[in-house]
Amino acid sequence: MSQLQVELVAADRKVWEGEASQVSARSIDGELGILPGHTPLLGVLVEGEIKIHGEGGVRTATIDGGFLSVDHDRVTILAEAVDASGLGN
Amino acid sequence: MGAQIREYRQRIRAVSSTKKITRAMELMAAARVVKAQQAVRESTPYARAITRAVSAVATFSNEEHVLTTEKDKVTRAAVVIITSDRGLAGAYASSVLKESERLIARLRDEGKEPVSYLLGRKAVGYYTFRDREFAAEWTGDSEKPAFERAREIGVRLVDDFLKDTEEEGGVDEVHIVYTRFVSMVTQEPEVIRLLPLEVVEGTEAPAEGDLFPLYEFEPTVEEVLDALLPKYVNSRLFNAMLQAAASELAARQRAMKSATDNAEELVKKYTRLANQARQAEITQEISEIVGGASALAESK
Repeated sequence: MSQLQVELVAADRKVWEGEASQVSARSIDGELGILPGHTPLLGVLVEGEIKIHGEGGVRTATIDGGFLSVDHDRVTILAEAVDASGLGN
Repeated sequence: MGAQIREYRQRIRAVSSTKKITRAMELMAAARVVKAQQAVRESTPYARAITRAVSAVATFSNEEHVLTTEKDKVTRAAVVIITSDRGLAGAYASSVLKESERLIARLRDEGKEPVSYLLGRKAVGYYTFRDREFAAEWTGDSEKPAFERAREIGVRLVDDFLKDTEEEGGVDEVHIVYTRFVSMVTQEPEVIRLLPLEVVEGTEAPAEGDLFPLYEFEPTVEEVLDALLPKYVNSRLFNAMLQAAASELAARQRAMKSATDNAEELVKKYTRLANQARQAEITQEISEIVGGASALAESK
């Protein structure tokens, strides 16, 4: 199965980059889940938690609202401020 | 005679201690400029991603947004001037201020009323000394701007832009004057128009044929634009502030280097003069002794 290339970018740095099998985030309308093969999407995210399911478990990060773009299995999450304490490595 | 040597020696001491200070400042600026450049680099992934997103929306919808539409009648224009908090950076602050004066004069010629927003104590000092009014000031972190500051300024600018010009004192255009960091030796004052937005592809244009996929917008195009554009403004502002910070430090490093070199020259010059004075004193003493001795010999 193909994987998602995920990039989590804050205004002043790139927070995390890697592969994942699933990404979920909170959009204005509710929980948004992205799996490989998702159609291209540009969504507004609200304050909340991002979950990145990858090898070695689930990584989480808290953002203060931002954007998510999906384009050919490349997921870019943009947020002005990111609390990456739950991200591990 | 002795007084002259003493004076030269005093000057040498004074200049050497100044040299120590300028040398220390040079080294500090050199270390910080590397970090400032790093900060510029680290902010590019975000800037690139957000520019891409804005371009994607712009390509796929003919959505008009208040932040991108030119106003019919432009009466007031905001001028954001990014300077430094501290001096001792050569012509850094004054060349930005000069550039801003040119812009202000141009805006006046076009019949627009300029409103200044100042960043950095140097700009605030310049305006208060001349008793000129300004709309807002932000000081204290010109060397190491944080994103929160850019957001604060961005929110204020977007607010003022959206206000009604006549009744609430809003503005119809926003310009930024900052110093672009070209390289360690070249920094250029530059003016960009922030609002209404012209979406430009960052410094790296996307390759030909790099087509945007047909995006779905969540929840709607309008809402995506509403949320995206103010963030784009913040990002551009932040980038200008980071470049200005790097430029300030580079300018300071250069100014302090030439001050140190000058101090070295002065020390050399004064050492020569002091040596000359000492030699003249010795010569005089010898001729006095010889003169005295021969006078004694003759009188016998």
